[in-house]
Amino acid sequence: MKKLLSVLFIVLIIACLFSGCGYEYFDLNLIGDYTNNIQNKVLNVYNWGEYISDGSEGSLDTIKEFEKATGITVNYSTFDSNETMYSQLKNGGVSYDIIIPSDYMIERLKNENMLQKLDFSYLTNYNLIDEKYKGIFYDEKNEYTVPYSVGLVGLIYNTDIVTEELDSWSALWDEKYSNNILMFNNPRDAFAIAQFMLGQDINSLNKSDWDKSKELLIKQKPLLQSYVMDEVYGKMETGEAAIAPYYAGDYLTMYETNESLAFCYPKEGTNIFVDAVCIPKSAKNYEAAMLFINFLLEPDIALANAEYIGYASPNTAVVNNPEYYYYQNEILYPSDIDLPKTQYFTDINNEIRLYYENLWIDVKLH
Amino acid sequence: MNKKRFGSRLVAAPYYVWAAIFIIVPLFMMIYYTFTDVNGVFTLANIMQLGRFKKAFGLSILYALISTIITFIIAYPLAYFMTKIKISSQRLILLLVVFPMWMNFLIRTYSWITILANTGIINTFLGKLGLGPLQLINTPGAVILGMVYDFLPYMVLPIYTVLSKIDKSMLEAADDLGCNSLQKLRRVIFPLSLPGVASGITMVFVPSVSTFYITQKLGGNKTMFVGDAIEYLFNLGPDFYNVASAISLVLMVLILLCMAVMNRFSEGDEEGVII
Repeated sequence: MKKLLSVLFIVLIIACLFSGCGYEYFDLNLIGDYTNNIQNKVLNVYNWGEYISDGSEGSLDTIKEFEKATGITVNYSTFDSNETMYSQLKNGGVSYDIIIPSDYMIERLKNENMLQKLDFSYLTNYNLIDEKYKGIFYDEKNEYTVPYSVGLVGLIYNTDIVTEELDSWSALWDEKYSNNILMFNNPRDAFAIAQFMLGQDINSLNKSDWDKSKELLIKQKPLLQSYVMDEVYGKMETGEAAIAPYYAGDYLTMYETNESLAFCYPKEGTNIFVDAVCIPKSAKNYEAAMLFINFLLEPDIALANAEYIGYASPNTAVVNNPEYYYYQNEILYPSDIDLPKTQYFTDINNEIRLYYENLWIDVKLH
Repeated sequence: MNKKRFGSRLVAAPYYVWAAIFIIVPLFMMIYYTFTDVNGVFTLANIMQLGRFKKAFGLSILYALISTIITFIIAYPLAYFMTKIKISSQRLILLLVVFPMWMNFLIRTYSWITILANTGIINTFLGKLGLGPLQLINTPGAVILGMVYDFLPYMVLPIYTVLSKIDKSMLEAADDLGCNSLQKLRRVIFPLSLPGVASGITMVFVPSVSTFYITQKLGGNKTMFVGDAIEYLFNLGPDFYNVASAISLVLMVLILLCMAVMNRFSEGDEEGVII
């Protein structure tokens, strides 16, 4: 009896393996042509964690759909910061065909000659990209990148605790909310907020600017509950903390759990980022990579990814689709009137970067 | 004779290879990083700038000392009490002591957040009783609590092992020679249990002094302990590997010193000494 049972189990497990544990392919309406005779059947993709629709909770599985459409197997790996991605690429132990870094990192990669130009004849869907996300500083001539996702930083606050309407970063220095304030736990984002407060350029090359921001951050420290990154979700959703700076898209996720949460773009200005798809110089499967980029631009695929990620999409087919979950959402897609001035992070030279990273350590050690 | 020795060495070979790759090589890498700059040129600058981290070192040592003392105060009577009861009960208590260690300590630490948070279990309960919320999390007390909770088994086990192996005839002799129970504890049992105490102290102090997760999650991530500093610097990227290595090296030397001191207490008696 026992033997019979175990045999049954093994059969079940194997059956499950072969059936791919029940992912059902979507009925896609693809514009592009993905028939190909590429010899190299492996594509290495390197992306942010949780940054692509992956089939969880009944969503579309971008990778599986791509594999089905092209017959190319995708090796998918993730990183949790631009810097990790950069050092992996620089060390050269592995080769990736597709990477999706952020703006300032693309600038650095391009300046260090680590990116390949894209062959736009493959990108039949490129016309779907919104004009305002073309020609950005990291790729002024639109040669190396295709924008993937766009985000803005803002102020999230809990209206149960904060009864006034906030419109300024200064709330993060307000003693009223002492011990209820969260702050970014990484130097660039934390300094940017202090720099907006002081009216500085967030890419300042002037060391004294950074010194002044450091003083401001040290002044803030006693009022903070905690420095956080991902923990911000739990702390804001449960009401553990009252105010936190974070990304607009993530606010929408938190709002689903806690409807007391409100959001604003502070009047002093805020940081905007664009993550874009590029092909590194070390890529081994250029042709398949081009197919993949075009596939990401497909309206159906871009829609699934935009809904999964929850950040703004640069793809007009998504933005103008009335069935899009965040269609005309004012937080993800604020009109120019509601939005204060925005600044991108650019690739600051090594000397300044080391300088502010050391200042940040001082803040943390203070 | 020679053949036999060769054979027995071969058995240990997997461990030697393991130790070489995962202990010796990283150790030399750490030393290399400590005494070089980003370009690989010899320098003492990394060691020289450690003054910046003196507060982190001080806090780590202070917190580790406090939590070691508290674990000792809890563990010793418990271990002593355990040796006094019948074997089956001893096994049950032993199981209860070891039980939490079956779960990953990150998860256990995380669960303390849900207990201590402002919106956590304790404060929700207090709120229901009409009592104001207490600031429990993000305090030094929460960090110490986390350390004591996580490392308590490492203090109980070696002390219990040593205590349970004390020859009963020693205690009878002490009785015969007219010791009262306090004297017996002070002059017979405690001295005999010192190797276990020393190893317990080492096994609690060492992970406490280098801990980082507990301090971040229960301490609000605002004060940097040595472990946090090392983790943080390594995360900042290759530019900070050298300083981080220097801190690690100094921390390791401190720990080795502490262990050398502790081993003096347990000299001549191998039992119960785990490290």
